[in-house]
Amino acid sequence: MAQIRIQNVRKEFGAFTAVRSSSFTIEDGEFFMLLGPSGCGKTTTLRMMAGLELPTSGEIFIDGEEVGMKPASKRDIAFVFQMFALYPHMNVRKNISYPLVSQGLRGEEVRSRVAEVARILKIETILDKPVGGLSGGDRQRVALGRAIVRRPKAFFMDEPLGALDAEFREHMAEELRALHDRMGATTVYVTHDQLEAMQMGDKIVVMNHGVVEQFGKPQQIYDWPATKFVAQFIGSPPMNFLEFEGMIGVGGGAIDLGGIEVKVPTSREGRAGRLTLGVRPEHVKFVSDGGYRGRVSAVEYLGTTQIVTLATSHGDLKARISSGHRVQEREQIGLEFDARTLSVFDAETGKVLLSDGNQGVLRHG
Amino acid sequence: MAEVVLENVTKTFAGTVALDNVSLTVPDGSFVVLLGPTGAGKTTTLRMVSGLDTPDRGEVYIDGEPVKGLAPAERNVAMVFQQYSLYPHLTVRQNLEFPLKSPLLKTPREEIDRKVREVAEVLQIAHKLDNKATALSGGEMQRVSIGRALVRDPQIFLMDEPLSSLDAKLRADLRIELKRIQARSGATLLYVTHDQIEAMTMATHVGVLNEGKLVQFGSPRAVYEQPVSVYAATRLGQPRINVLPADIFAGAPLGAASIGLRPEHIQQGAGEDALVKRVEHLGDQTRLHLTFRKHDLITVTDAHTPLRGGETIKIQPLKPLYFDAAGMRLA
Repeated sequence: MAQIRIQNVRKEFGAFTAVRSSSFTIEDGEFFMLLGPSGCGKTTTLRMMAGLELPTSGEIFIDGEEVGMKPASKRDIAFVFQMFALYPHMNVRKNISYPLVSQGLRGEEVRSRVAEVARILKIETILDKPVGGLSGGDRQRVALGRAIVRRPKAFFMDEPLGALDAEFREHMAEELRALHDRMGATTVYVTHDQLEAMQMGDKIVVMNHGVVEQFGKPQQIYDWPATKFVAQFIGSPPMNFLEFEGMIGVGGGAIDLGGIEVKVPTSREGRAGRLTLGVRPEHVKFVSDGGYRGRVSAVEYLGTTQIVTLATSHGDLKARISSGHRVQEREQIGLEFDARTLSVFDAETGKVLLSDGNQGVLRHG
Repeated sequence: MAEVVLENVTKTFAGTVALDNVSLTVPDGSFVVLLGPTGAGKTTTLRMVSGLDTPDRGEVYIDGEPVKGLAPAERNVAMVFQQYSLYPHLTVRQNLEFPLKSPLLKTPREEIDRKVREVAEVLQIAHKLDNKATALSGGEMQRVSIGRALVRDPQIFLMDEPLSSLDAKLRADLRIELKRIQARSGATLLYVTHDQIEAMTMATHVGVLNEGKLVQFGSPRAVYEQPVSVYAATRLGQPRINVLPADIFAGAPLGAASIGLRPEHIQQGAGEDALVKRVEHLGDQTRLHLTFRKHDLITVTDAHTPLRGGETIKIQPLKPLYFDAAGMRLA
C-alpha cells in the first residue's frame, strides 16, 4: 500500500528526451493508468517509478520517501511484464514460492502465503502441476501470483495483456480489476489501449511526446479533454473536429460555424483565428430542419447503435445514433449538437479554451 | 463479378475435420464475412474457393461452373492476406502494374496506366505512386496490396484478415474504404475475420462458423437480432450477450433452458433487485457489472450515472431471447 508522487521528472536518453517534466500523484490503493501511443514516454515513466531507469532530474516519492536514485530491489514493488516468464522446470507452487524462498522465508510461512495467493487467484487446483502444460490464462495468473506473494507496496504492470487475443484480454482485464478490488494495492498500469484504460482505471494520465497531456478520472477526461490530442486519443470513434475561422469572447456562448450559430458552453477565454469545435459522436442529433447540414458518406451497423459518417463543410463528422433510425447513403441530414457537451480548441496550440463546462475539471487537474 | 457456391464441402486435415459438410452461397456482388474463432474453418473455406486447397468431398462453383481441378491462377480470383507482401525493390506503380503485365494477359500500356490511376485514386495513394514500396507506412502498404488485387478486375476477391495488422485508426478508415470500393465496383467479396466489428460494419451477409460448420448465414442485423443459437448470439455484440438460466426471470416459455439478454436489453428501474458490483465509465456509456441471484450480468447505462458499486438497482428483461437445452433459439 503506497502513495506514489512524481515531481518534475525528466528523462533523457542522449539527445532524445523521453519524458519532459512530468508531475502527478497516485493515491494509495488506486488503479492508475499510464496511457498513450508508442514512444510517448509511458513505459519510461513506469520504469523510473520501478527503479529500472534513473531519472535525469526530478523526484519520485513512494509513501513520502524519495526513491529516485534507489535500485528496484530496494523499493519494495513488483513488476509484471507483457511477456511473463515462468521457471519452466518448476511447478506452479515452486514458481510462486520462489520470491519468498529467495528472501529467506521458510516452511510454514511460505506455504500459508502461497495458499492465500492461490485462493485469491483461484488456482488452488493447479498448484502441483508443471507450468509447461498450462493455458495462457493460467500462466498469466501464476505470473501474477509470483508478484502478489511478496506483498509489495505497489504493482507495476507494462501492458500485461498486450499479447492476448481480444476475447481473452477482456476476460483477464476484468479479473485483474477484480483482483485489485480484493487486495486494494496501488497499481500502476501502462497501456496504449484507451478502452482498457477507461475500463480499468480509477485515474488516467494521458501522455504524448514525453509530456503529460491530461491527468484525471476517466469520465472527466472523456467529457472535457484538455487538448485535441486527448480528444482524439480517447473514445471510439474519437471526438469529431470541425475546423473553422472565427472568434469567441469571455462570456460568449455561441460560435459562428459557416454562417450557422452553434451554442457552446459559456467561454472563460477569448480567442480569434483558427478554432476547432469538438463534438463527441453521441452528441450529434439528426433533425429535419437543422441549419447545419451533412451528407451521409458511410453507415456502419454496430448492433444497437450505428456510426454514420457525414461530409460537412468543415470536414468529416461521425455520429453515433440508434440503429432503429434508417439512414441512406448520400442523404442530406440536418445536424444539431448537444450544446452542454461541446469543446472549443485553439487550433494552433491544440489546447482547449476554458469554459463553464470544463473549468471544474481542468482548473484543478 | 460472380456468384460462389459451396455444396456439401468437407475437408479433413490429419484426422481433424476443418470443414464439415458446409453449403454456402456467396451472392453475386455481395460482401460476405466469415466470422469465427481460430480453428472454426474460415480460412479453409477461403482456400477451397481460391484453389489453394481442394475439398475431400463436395463441390465448389464459381459463376455456375464447377472449379474442381482448376489451379488458383485459372480461377480468376484475387487474394489479399494479413501479411502484405509487396516487391520491395519496385515502386508503388510497378507493384500495382505487376499483375497486369503478365505475358498471358497482353494488357495494352494505356489500359494499364488507366487502371493503375483509377485504383490509386480509390485507395488514396495516387500521390505515392512513384515511391518505393518500402518507403510506405503499414497502412499504405496494405492499401497497395489491396490495389494489386483490384487492378486485375477478378471475378472474386478473397481476403484473409487484411486489416488485423493495422492500428485502430487505420482499421476504422479502411473498413469504410473497403466497403465503399466493394459497393462501387459491384465485386463479389469473401472476407475472413475474427473481428466482430469488421463483420457487423462491412458485411452484406455474415457467415458464422463453429468447428467447421456454418451455423448461421444472414445480414448482420439478422444475426444480431435473431441469432439461431447461443453460440451465434455470443459472436456479435460487445460486451457479449448475458446467458442465464431461463427461470431466473418469470415468463420463460416451455422448453427454455436459458435466457439471452444483450446488455442494452436489460431495463433498469423496474423488476427485481440486483447488486451493482462495479461501475465502468467508458465515456459514451457506462457499464454496470451486476450480481443477480448469484449470476454475473453486464448492462449499460447513461454515461453520467450517479450509481456506485455496492448500490442496488431494479432490473427486468426487455427483449429476451430464449434457448433450449441444446443452445438453439426458441422461436
